[in-house]
Amino acid sequence: MAFKYIRMALAVAGLGMAASMAAAQSYEPENPECIAPANPGGGWDFTCRQVGKSLQDLGLISKTMQVVNLAGGGGGVAFAEVVNKRNDDNDLIVAASSATATRLAQGAYPGNTMDQVRWLATIGADYGVIAVAADSPVQTLPELLDQIKADPTAVSIAGGSAVGGWDHLKVLIAANAYGIEDVRSVKYIAFDGGGEAVTQLLAGSVQAFTGDISEAKGFVDSGDIRVIAVLSPERLPGEFADFPTAKEQGVDAIGANWRGFYAPGGMSDEAYNAWVSKIAELYASDEWKEVMAANGLAPLDLQGDEFQAFVADSVAKIQAISREIGIIK
Amino acid sequence: MDTLSSLADGFLIALTWQNLLLALLGCFLGTVMGALPGLGPSNGVAILIPLAFTLGLGATPSLILLTSVYYGAMYGGRISSILLNIPGDEPAMMTCLDGYPMAQNGRAGEALSLSGIASFVGAFLATWGLVLLAPQLVKIALLFGPAEYFALFALAFATLGGVSSSNQAKSAFAAMLGLGLAMIGVDTQTGVPRLTFGEVHLYDGIDFLVAIVGLFALSEVFIFLEHRHGSAEADTRKVVIGRLTPAPGVLKACTPTMLRTSALGFVAGVLPGAGASLGSFISYSMEKRLVDRENTFGTGDPRGVTAPEAGNNAAAGGALVPMLSLGVPGSGTTAVLLAVLLSLNITPGPLLFANNPDVVWGLIAALFIANIMLLAMNIPMVGLFTRVLMVPPRILMPIVAMVSFVGIYGISGSSFDLLVMIGFGVAGWVLRKLDVPLVPIILGTLLGNTMENNLRRAVTISNGDWWTLVDSPLSITLWVIAFVGFILPLFVGRVIRARMHARRDEEGAISD
Repeated sequence: MAFKYIRMALAVAGLGMAASMAAAQSYEPENPECIAPANPGGGWDFTCRQVGKSLQDLGLISKTMQVVNLAGGGGGVAFAEVVNKRNDDNDLIVAASSATATRLAQGAYPGNTMDQVRWLATIGADYGVIAVAADSPVQTLPELLDQIKADPTAVSIAGGSAVGGWDHLKVLIAANAYGIEDVRSVKYIAFDGGGEAVTQLLAGSVQAFTGDISEAKGFVDSGDIRVIAVLSPERLPGEFADFPTAKEQGVDAIGANWRGFYAPGGMSDEAYNAWVSKIAELYASDEWKEVMAANGLAPLDLQGDEFQAFVADSVAKIQAISREIGIIK
Repeated sequence: MDTLSSLADGFLIALTWQNLLLALLGCFLGTVMGALPGLGPSNGVAILIPLAFTLGLGATPSLILLTSVYYGAMYGGRISSILLNIPGDEPAMMTCLDGYPMAQNGRAGEALSLSGIASFVGAFLATWGLVLLAPQLVKIALLFGPAEYFALFALAFATLGGVSSSNQAKSAFAAMLGLGLAMIGVDTQTGVPRLTFGEVHLYDGIDFLVAIVGLFALSEVFIFLEHRHGSAEADTRKVVIGRLTPAPGVLKACTPTMLRTSALGFVAGVLPGAGASLGSFISYSMEKRLVDRENTFGTGDPRGVTAPEAGNNAAAGGALVPMLSLGVPGSGTTAVLLAVLLSLNITPGPLLFANNPDVVWGLIAALFIANIMLLAMNIPMVGLFTRVLMVPPRILMPIVAMVSFVGIYGISGSSFDLLVMIGFGVAGWVLRKLDVPLVPIILGTLLGNTMENNLRRAVTISNGDWWTLVDSPLSITLWVIAFVGFILPLFVGRVIRARMHARRDEEGAISD
């Protein structure tokens, strides 16, 4: 198989070049394209457009990144398209996040698994928060979870994802960590996006909100809502330092919505390494630090193999909790 | 008069040559994109984002360009509705109902300029609403919980009778069909896929645009093919353009309609869960209930053109209220604008007015400028637009088919959607043969999902207690209006119609 030899040769070449970043840069995408697997306006769309813009501003790509919105099936349409039709496209990257891993774990992309694509790198993470309205009597996460323990029907928690989606799972992870046996009793109300869920918290229709920091930030600044827990391993830097972590309140729960990219499974090693190093360079730049700060993205720096292992690990974890709540059998 | 001086500052920011040129470009591109079936305001804005980035525009100029496209597309959507009976985007659907009959009666020019004026009035009043009332209006949005939203959607469906004048049973059937189509996709309240048959393309449900373009545009092409095969060109209708500007009498008769529906559309826009489509729909059906005493709505009544146009443009302005002050998009397009704001490092939300006054007021000033530009651009171009009617169908129809395919493929990049669109085209052709109105189908699809979700959210929050649906004064009020809107015409309609019969001649003279 001539093809195999070429791949091996490339792999050897790739190994040789991995030592020097500059050499890996030798691959230059001619028509860089980013698929946002959702309609314009969402997180994936933001990932593509912001990264495309910053890559160009930094001179890491010479042409404007073309952003293609390929919505459908919560990312499943784009995943199938990449696997089936664009499998050896070297110029293509696809925006992904925890939601992608969640759906892969729950088998919500029929016939597709995480091994069919190559995971490139992360560009940051949105740690999950649990918040209540500013005038709520609840001050801490254990207080809220105690209320749920006593009477699960009394507390409605709103989030922006569907049942079984990431916003839902975050609450369940916390509830589980606090020793609530039957996590299915936790009352979760799905809204169309985090913004709508926060609005309903302000309107008093629900008692708590689960979502990402970026969704809650504006309302925390204005004093409308109070974050009672951030699901990060330690307190976040900068203006978010005031948020108590769930861990320090005795609830050992971590929920990071990472944002990053995958690439077609048949992408050449040369191109793969070039993309990985480009995104790594972007991540290290000061400009990206500003973007992260402005959007409430926390540091999460995973590239190449490390990222691949991270995704595999989170898929396994999500599968376990999804089984528990009965989303998958 | 803090607000007014801020607004004046906004005009200072917006009134530079560069910004004016950007607004002009945006208005023009927006109008064109709005008029093309398949390309709506949200894709229009999305397509131009790279342009704004490539030009290296700052926050305010980018927003000026993109909101001009937004307003332009809201104007442009009506053009193909009126001329071809093909809505350019979702909210323009209601304009078909009276706009197309007007064009067929030889009043295309009048319909176009009238709807242009109505768009202007709607958008103008809504922009003032945004300036003066934004902080207060946010509180209205907070009055609406799931139960209230459900009542609002029920109200919309209760007045559905207003849409089709011919056969109520058929329009109810069409609405049910639409509601059924809305069931397709992953159910957000349980995470279970429904009616998807394991097809991943159906997980997100059916895209309204695909349904609209299929049902309206493609079925039109099919009908043409069928006729051409049979009776050929003998019955090609005689093209009459008629006058280009509306008579003062007509304008006068339409003014109260415009004012009422602007207010209604604006409020619908402010509610994040409602949006422009609901705005234009409620505007039309309410207006029909209020002023259509002789059943002329649906047959080319100028008021039936101004009502949805003022309504949907006012809703477009209204949708900016929750976007700017809550960071919650009220429509697909505002979701895109929100993403642009975020990528320009501006955080929308309660503090936007305080933290970035230059952006907000520059944007609002740009809206006024774009609006005036659009009116100035649209009225003289009416003559040009109406030329479309002169194009013989054998040339026009292939173009319609081509634009439909390219437009739909352009949104999703998926050939599956094209097949769905063709399916809808065939279904639309059959339904037209059976005289089933198409608009309620789209409304069912468009509103059904949100309506169902809100019902289930409300009932889940109350732990299965259905009385929660009538638990607040607001929801009770909405239910009463829905009930009255549904029952009243059944009993009183006939009486009023008989009484109005006598006055018909007099009123007919005014509206002609």
